[in-house]
Amino acid sequence: MDVHEYQAKEILAAHGVAIPPGTVAFSPDQAVYAATELGGSHWVVKAQIHAGARGKAGGVKFCRTYHEVQQAARDLLGKRLVTGQTGPEGKPVQRVYVEVADPFEREIYLGYVLDRKLERVRVIASKHGGMEIEEIARTTPDEILQVIVEPAVGLQQFQARELAFQLGLNIKQVSRAVQTIMGAYRAFRDNDATMLEINPLVVTKDDKVLALDAKMSFDDNALFRRRNIVDMNDPSQSDPREAQANEHSLNYIGLDGEIGCIVNGAGLAMATMDMIKHAGGNPANFLDVGGGASPERVATAFRLVLSDRRVKVVLVNIFAGINRCDWVAQGVVDAVRQEKIEGVPLVVRLAGTNVEAGKKIISESGIPIIQADTLADAAQKAVAAWQSVK
Amino acid sequence: MSILIDEKTPILIQGITGDKGSFHAKEMIDYGSNVVAGVTPGKGGKTHHGVPVFNTVREAVRETGAQASITFVAPAFCADAIMEAADAGIRLICSITDGIPAQDMMKVKRYFLRFPKDRRPMLVGPNCAGIISPGKAMLGIMPGHIYKRGSVGLISRSGTLGYEAASQLKELGLGISTSVGIGGDPINGSSFLDHLVLFDKDPETEAVLIIGEIGGPQEAEAAAWIKENFSKPVIGFVAGLTAPKGRRMGHAGAIISATGDSAAEKTEIMKSYGLAVAPNPAEFGSTVAKVLKRA
Repeated sequence: MDVHEYQAKEILAAHGVAIPPGTVAFSPDQAVYAATELGGSHWVVKAQIHAGARGKAGGVKFCRTYHEVQQAARDLLGKRLVTGQTGPEGKPVQRVYVEVADPFEREIYLGYVLDRKLERVRVIASKHGGMEIEEIARTTPDEILQVIVEPAVGLQQFQARELAFQLGLNIKQVSRAVQTIMGAYRAFRDNDATMLEINPLVVTKDDKVLALDAKMSFDDNALFRRRNIVDMNDPSQSDPREAQANEHSLNYIGLDGEIGCIVNGAGLAMATMDMIKHAGGNPANFLDVGGGASPERVATAFRLVLSDRRVKVVLVNIFAGINRCDWVAQGVVDAVRQEKIEGVPLVVRLAGTNVEAGKKIISESGIPIIQADTLADAAQKAVAAWQSVK
Repeated sequence: MSILIDEKTPILIQGITGDKGSFHAKEMIDYGSNVVAGVTPGKGGKTHHGVPVFNTVREAVRETGAQASITFVAPAFCADAIMEAADAGIRLICSITDGIPAQDMMKVKRYFLRFPKDRRPMLVGPNCAGIISPGKAMLGIMPGHIYKRGSVGLISRSGTLGYEAASQLKELGLGISTSVGIGGDPINGSSFLDHLVLFDKDPETEAVLIIGEIGGPQEAEAAAWIKENFSKPVIGFVAGLTAPKGRRMGHAGAIISATGDSAAEKTEIMKSYGLAVAPNPAEFGSTVAKVLKRA
């Protein structure tokens, strides 16, 4: 799960990371009020969306007057912001963050990730902040600093101190950077984050070390014990189909093809998409109904897949293990009747336990369902059906 | 032969009295697995499906000599259950549970380091379908009847895609020595490599099919090792060619977030190390058959 910049900063501040004064606002008037409350003479108004590269896309506006703050908020709120990371549709801007903009001297990169290879948290830092880590890795790869955290004891002060000195900070800045590096680590660990990026971390003329931008992602598997993070969820930032899927605990990812997929198991779902592509079609979605694939879940899956207007054909591919094909087949038949699916060809491939009984239920249902025996057969029939209705 | 389990392996089921644990305990017993004990804290002294139930794994191991365990424990408590089994001396732990927090798995992996290498437990999963040595024993949740006994080793991240492969092989008259699901989590127990080492030594296994997914370095690591060390033919496949970047495809670990994570890149790596790659997921069986004929 992702959160907004201002939420990540709230979390960081609670763990002792210094941030510039700022307030979230939902309207231009609120933004002006926030600026007056914050004081100062310069502000930035930042679009709050779950994606980076906002600056280049015009989502971060520098303001010298209250009027400019209001104008900036008006320009951003209610629009969709398209950045290099959002895809062509962009993300809706429903909140802006108004922050005091004081000048700074240096920009540093500080990041934390769960390293899959090492199975530990890896801290990454660079003198060259303010640009994306991919760019830092390309331009100054030798100057990227790394620390691996031993999970039994956590990040140690000396590791943070070493990093701070290697970043070329003076002694006053070092002690503040250590507080930031340690605090951000605790924020990462104590909230089950999978990624935390402070970019840039800035150093001011008076030796302050401040998190100017922050991004955090959290482990979905750990949300059961992180109520505070769940409360930060902003469904407007997700594809509405995905938000709906989420409510029914289905794994759904919207894509832009025409063949809707309903599959059990993540690996088989990916393989089915690959097979559709191989057969000359394009998958409209990834959807894993789970190992169980109960009739209710199949019905919900149909509703979800068909809510995508691009879908011209639906392909159901169920490899029944512990559940049985006859049961799944009945679920498919019931769902088609309930949802009154018409005009959308339906290809069903069942395999595994009780497959013959399942096929019989489908062929005797009187519903024009195209049956397939194998994965290849299913993909080819789905693509052929799409070409016939195209 | 086979790897990891056979009909004699004494098996313990953690969470045997829960809905899922109970259902799959029966399936495993019916398949012929040697289930000797169950553990559910607070239900010690009872029997379930004719199997004695204990409060702790330590007690179960002492009383029954169990050597392998399978966990049907809720995600919030599963890391604890795995560490309990490891501490009680269980050497093969299979975890079916989907949804264990990554930091909990980090803790588990760190905990395992307290055991010297030759006594370190093998963890299979979590978030996997388990292990089956067809015709001998099942330590998992797969439908046993789709597996034919034979000479192909199978290692797969995904459960259902593993089923797909097993049934394609069966269709062509090819059988499996052992099938292992290593699971779809970002931090998991054993990797492709751990099982390849075992398949290398197993005389019954003539070739190995490895089915990976997008995300993580394990497929590439395995391919590099195969080139240098493995004596038998290996057939590979990586699911998720059509997966977009940065999106979690169902499995927590199936996400393209770094260079080398995508299916296309991993497939290229496999090819560059000399693996035969199945051109698409409908040709697992035919690719294995072709390779076996050539060998």
